[in-house]
Amino acid sequence: MTQARPFAGGATHPEAARAAAAAPVGAELELQGLAARHPAAAADAPPALQPLSLTIRPGEQVAVIGPSGAGKTTLLHVLACALRPSAGGLRIDGADPWSLPVARLQRLRGRLFLAPQTPPLPPRQRVITAVLAGRLPAQTLAASLRSLFYPSGIGHAEAALERFDLAPKLWDRVDRLSGGERQRVGLARALLSPASLWLVDEPLSALDPTRAALAIDTLTAAARERGATLVATLHQVDVAVARFERVIGLRDGHLAFDLPATEVTRERLARLYVQHEHELAGGPPTPLAVSPAAPAPPPVMHCR
Amino acid sequence: MAAAGTLPPRPDRRDPAWVGRVAWTLFGLVLLAPALVATEFRPWVLLEPDNLKVTRRFVADFFPPKLELSFLAMVARETWRTVAIATAGMALALVIAVPLTLLSTSALSVSALPGRMGALPFAIRLAIRWLLIVLRSIPELIWALVFVRVVGLGPTAGVLAIALTYGGMLGKVYAEILESGETLVTGSLLRNGAGRLQAFFYGLLPQSSAELTSYTVYRWECAIRSSAVLGFVGAGGLGQQMDTSMKMFAGSEVATMLAVFVLLVWLADLASGWLRRALA
Repeated sequence: MTQARPFAGGATHPEAARAAAAAPVGAELELQGLAARHPAAAADAPPALQPLSLTIRPGEQVAVIGPSGAGKTTLLHVLACALRPSAGGLRIDGADPWSLPVARLQRLRGRLFLAPQTPPLPPRQRVITAVLAGRLPAQTLAASLRSLFYPSGIGHAEAALERFDLAPKLWDRVDRLSGGERQRVGLARALLSPASLWLVDEPLSALDPTRAALAIDTLTAAARERGATLVATLHQVDVAVARFERVIGLRDGHLAFDLPATEVTRERLARLYVQHEHELAGGPPTPLAVSPAAPAPPPVMHCR
Repeated sequence: MAAAGTLPPRPDRRDPAWVGRVAWTLFGLVLLAPALVATEFRPWVLLEPDNLKVTRRFVADFFPPKLELSFLAMVARETWRTVAIATAGMALALVIAVPLTLLSTSALSVSALPGRMGALPFAIRLAIRWLLIVLRSIPELIWALVFVRVVGLGPTAGVLAIALTYGGMLGKVYAEILESGETLVTGSLLRNGAGRLQAFFYGLLPQSSAELTSYTVYRWECAIRSSAVLGFVGAGGLGQQMDTSMKMFAGSEVATMLAVFVLLVWLADLASGWLRRALA
């Protein structure tokens, strides 16, 4: 076996080593009185995220829980610099991202990896390409085009998929995958990204309990190996308490609690989920609304 | 419930939509009448004895079509030239359309990620959209007339005319195709720090490549038909020969060339239909 296994023994591959050297390990986040609203929300609607302050240290692993509509996804988007805070300040490694010029901000975004709940994968793309897309921020345009012609780093992609029990799907097309497989491909992409902060939205929403356990173990272990900070929103409260060192509870956009996992008691959880008890009970995983490769709309064909 | 004595009012027995229908029909006729006058629409002119005689002579000339070997060789050469004009024009049109599409697609906007696009990028995209609209709203026939004056009679004028008009058309429709699709993938790549072109090649292109190619092939077929017409203003190809033959009332030559042209369009249609099915 000559192929380097980058995730087994650190960054042994020269390219991976370079990526690791370029990205300082871990990212520190500071939120001060930060509030946010959706760009599409009505002007008089209350902000999806009420002013909140917290600090996340480099390499920390944090779970964000709370009933639907609590502002969990909004918080992730703000942390990923995908949404501009409407008030208060965000500092990433001591710098305010929104005061940076666009090019610098875009480079900073390369250090933040946001995995949306619905994995953003083009149906006609192959799994290998979808996974390798995680590397784009660390690649030059020429290198990424060459990789479209012949994938560079097949071994890396395979190793990442292997950790999510998906290696046999390496050459399949995305639209041949089930919803759960797609979600895991989306997570495998994180392992290829040069990011030092992983922001993962509902990583387990389409997975059965066994796969969910594998996925969360892989995510936390991989983040620990490379010293990346991990923030995940979760609907599975038991997973959050069992696998994360710190748990943040959000409700109606307010910070309900921010505690070490050991101090999150049944009573606190019950209070967090008042009137949303069915979510706390942790029903069966809600299957992702997988759009079955929608029939291509008839091509636009006006002659002039 | 209403009191026992009062019945609900009975509906009117006449169709209430009728008045509107009649009014719209009358309105259409009123609009049409001046149009008929303005276009001097008098089809019975065709049936006047003098005109009938001319028509009969010209059409009678069609048979038999001219099938001399040297003439057929010339027609084949000009047909090939027509296809070449269309293809070269399309290639140049792509050179115009692709960069402008990439510049004008809002799906590739980095500044629009947190919500609203920045003012300067918005202005640039709008300006490029307008440029594309101007390019495409001038018909290729007009461009051909212009270029025949500039570069002289011949295929070059046809190629340039098709390049400009089709460049505008392709650019505008490409941008519409790219923006009509799902932009979640592209947005997600951009949000994770990928460059605009990287996001295009890894997100936007795989999602809409089939539609883009299919539209391009269809446009190529249009360009073949269009390049035959451009010949009439001197831009080379089958059209130019047809024009010459018509001016000399050589019906048999016109008949052969018309038949070849129908064949050509049919073949192009077949080819593009097959390509589009293969891509679907």
